[in-house]
Amino acid sequence: MDLLPIILVVSFFQFAVLQQPLPNVAKMLAGIFMVMLGLALFIQGLKMALFPLGEEMAFNFVRAGNLWWLFLFAFTLGFGTVMAEPALILISDKAAEVAAAGGMIVNNETAQAKYALGLRLTVALSVGVALLVGVLRILKGWPVQYLIIGGYIGVVIMTSIAPPEIIGIAYDSGGVTTSTVTVPLVTALGVGLASSIRGRDPMLDGFGMIALAVLMPMIFVMAYGMLI
Amino acid sequence: MDAVSEFGRTLMLLLRDVMPIMAILFGFQLFILRKKIKNPRRVLVGMVLVILGLAFFLEGLDMVLFPIGRLMAKQLTAPEFIYGAGAVMPAQVDWKDYYWVYAFAAAIGFATTIAEPALIAVALKANQVSGGTVSTNGLRIAVAIGVAVGVALGAFRIITGTPLHWYIISGYVLVIIQTFFAPKTIIPLAYDSGGVTTSTVTVPLVAALGLGLSETIPGRSPLLDGFGLIAFASLFPIVAVLAYAQLSAYRAHRNNGHTRTQDNKD
Repeated sequence: MDLLPIILVVSFFQFAVLQQPLPNVAKMLAGIFMVMLGLALFIQGLKMALFPLGEEMAFNFVRAGNLWWLFLFAFTLGFGTVMAEPALILISDKAAEVAAAGGMIVNNETAQAKYALGLRLTVALSVGVALLVGVLRILKGWPVQYLIIGGYIGVVIMTSIAPPEIIGIAYDSGGVTTSTVTVPLVTALGVGLASSIRGRDPMLDGFGMIALAVLMPMIFVMAYGMLI
Repeated sequence: MDAVSEFGRTLMLLLRDVMPIMAILFGFQLFILRKKIKNPRRVLVGMVLVILGLAFFLEGLDMVLFPIGRLMAKQLTAPEFIYGAGAVMPAQVDWKDYYWVYAFAAAIGFATTIAEPALIAVALKANQVSGGTVSTNGLRIAVAIGVAVGVALGAFRIITGTPLHWYIISGYVLVIIQTFFAPKTIIPLAYDSGGVTTSTVTVPLVAALGLGLSETIPGRSPLLDGFGLIAFASLFPIVAVLAYAQLSAYRAHRNNGHTRTQDNKD
């Protein structure tokens, strides 16, 4: 069921638009089977490990009562997972090429490697800060729209003063930070926190952490582009 | 034999990605909270299932979708396809000539988002937390429509060469206006749905499309104009989910049916 749209799109464009035969039907069928199996296993694993783990940890942090550890945990989780994210390594290497071509940095290997690492650290730092702010927001019960709209205004202001070469990279860096394993975990953590604190609604306060993790890197990366 | 070693490689890469997350989780749980993990065996099996599941999923997609999708993106953006074989690429492209590209961008954006595992996870959670008010498939379809519109618009932007920030800032204004009118309970979830669309399935294909367009159209640089499509794919789902919530609230209001649970008093 999850795959039906993909199959329809691929067959339609292959037959009707590009007018070419399907390559290797047996291989396609095997692939479809693997995707189905993979999704079923993933969802089962979510329910057994990622969801309960995130909620249990949220509950334990609230019970332990020491909020500094919770803040440290949120920051470390954001920073650590982003530093390990392969999609970001790819994007930051490409961004270093753009910067070198645009004359923002010296056009050689070491300068590009340094720039790419700096960019990765910036994004990781921003996601760490985003999760920290997200946790703080749940504890305080701030409505998420104030933070997001404030962040949007920040992005708009930064866009008008940041160097044009960095803008596309900055906008995209928000989207690549959220991997398939972090998203369920962070969601469960947020919902768990909101459920274990009196007066918080899991629907209103539990969601919203991912949104901050998308927004914060844009602002930080544009700042990085201005400083370099 | 080749497929097996390929699968092993994917598995190793996934393990490498998941290791730091696990280290942070278990480090805090054991050394700072000093709590044993409940049902350690169940959690371990679950983690193995997550990693195995993702490995199968990615390998399967590599057989079904990734190579053919990339090839299609390349063929559909090639001048020979748009202007016929042997035609010369005009210096000034007309955006109307690229209708198949928009159709492909929207279709592939929709189709890949429906299969996105991170979105399935958030939709399952939202359904559970909302007590069934938010339907899992309704949310997935709304997000997929948002991605479809976003990626098609992103392709249009590369073809016309208009500045990225005009679109993104207009999108922000739209989201802010919708936020005032949408039902309160959906807002955080809608914002989150922007980030979950762009993980494993959508990014590689969308990137191939952006690259194909920016390489073939005169005056576009793959380095400068290739970026930005992911930003479109993470902004427009917010608009779509807010619109979906507004629409269902409007319909519920008109039918005067069961009321939404706005508060959760305890």
